[in-house]
Amino acid sequence: MPEAVAPEILGISTEVIGVWIAAFLTLAIFSFLYEDNPIYKFAEHLFVGVSAGYGVVITWHEAVVPLLIDPLFRPENVSLEAPNYIVIIPGVLGLLMFSRFIPRYDWLSRWPIAFVMGLSSGLAIPAAVQTYLLPQLYATMLPIWPGVEISAWTAISNFLLVAGVLCTLAYFYFSREHSGAFGVASKVGIFFLMVAFGASFGNTVMARVSLLIGRVQFLYEDWWLPLVAEPIKRLFGG
Amino acid sequence: MKLQVPLLITFLAGVFMAVQFFVPHELGQTAFGELLNWGRIVAAFALVLGIQSLLRTHVEKIRRRRRDWPYSTVAIASFVMMVVIGIGFGSDRGSGFDWVFTHVQVPLDATMFSLLAFFIASAAFRTFRARSTEATLLLVAAVVVMLGRVPGSLIVVFGHSGAGEWLHTNMPDVSEWIMNFPSVAGKRGIIFGVALGSIATALRIMLGIERSHLGGGSGGGGDE
Repeated sequence: MPEAVAPEILGISTEVIGVWIAAFLTLAIFSFLYEDNPIYKFAEHLFVGVSAGYGVVITWHEAVVPLLIDPLFRPENVSLEAPNYIVIIPGVLGLLMFSRFIPRYDWLSRWPIAFVMGLSSGLAIPAAVQTYLLPQLYATMLPIWPGVEISAWTAISNFLLVAGVLCTLAYFYFSREHSGAFGVASKVGIFFLMVAFGASFGNTVMARVSLLIGRVQFLYEDWWLPLVAEPIKRLFGG
Repeated sequence: MKLQVPLLITFLAGVFMAVQFFVPHELGQTAFGELLNWGRIVAAFALVLGIQSLLRTHVEKIRRRRRDWPYSTVAIASFVMMVVIGIGFGSDRGSGFDWVFTHVQVPLDATMFSLLAFFIASAAFRTFRARSTEATLLLVAAVVVMLGRVPGSLIVVFGHSGAGEWLHTNMPDVSEWIMNFPSVAGKRGIIFGVALGSIATALRIMLGIERSHLGGGSGGGGDE
């Protein structure tokens, strides 16, 4: 299948214009490494505006239109034979949010908030049990004795994991004084927490570094080589 | 009316969402899906409040000619532009909205976060000191995990010596082991606490013990 050709503006492909804009904005953000400057501030505010606009547009197309407007006014778009008037209820609840702008009736804005909080709280209970508690408990029930199925090293690692979880939980148990054997366990728990924080930190740094590599790669491969170096070379008959 | 009705709404919505999980009846499942959609609709209206707050801040800055006010016009103009082309002309692939997303938002987002690589590294360099056992463990775990992700750097530092080759070969495994065992042990302890905490907080909200989300309005927080 042939690739779609990007439309042109004044004879320049919109794809090329896009790469130039992306390169300019990338360099504008990187300019902050030198110091705060007008170009960085411009890019920063552009980011705020575009991101907020993106959120509104996505919410409009993913929630407002298919869940509220179409069921009411264009039922055929959502495979309905007749308008679904029940969606007026959340619509009215949503509109009550705006009662915050009228001081006399701003208490009405509690109703939609209460509804959303109720939904989220009710969902949170089975979700926490199903996604956090039980799978994590199950994953901690590990064999800690070497045998036919597991090697000595795996058994030691498993033991470390089980002991680490128990010691970390001991650290977070505040209903008893952390002294004696319990104090030792809670102290060991802190060690495991420190390793976890360190590992998370290392991981985060490397994730940011790979983003940085991605941006540098973009600047070099998509912008500098084809759109700057190559035309200059051609200009000088290279 | 001002307090009892919202408490009742929270209770009923919460109990239904929690109970339907244990009753896999078709009617319950349909109602569950419908209520989730209702939640998304209400949340969409809440977004308008957030946007109003953002715009009010910037408009106020422009009106009072505060420091850096011209940049606020950039924020407002880009917001309006994105909304007009996104809602007015659609957001499908190949649309103007898609073009702005690909060539403006994505590079800004990725570069903004990649900038953190410098700040997070310099902050670590300034604050990471092996002053105690805990601090040493944190430092060692962070360094091993970082080096494990780029084992080639060890060859650069140690050369093709025995130690360099050994570290180059084994550092990724050591890093993986830290991530899979001691690190998981610490994180799992936190996750258990988070899970139990979420359940307790959810119950408190549903039963009306926790009411802070209902405060704020000048219409009165009394038991009317």
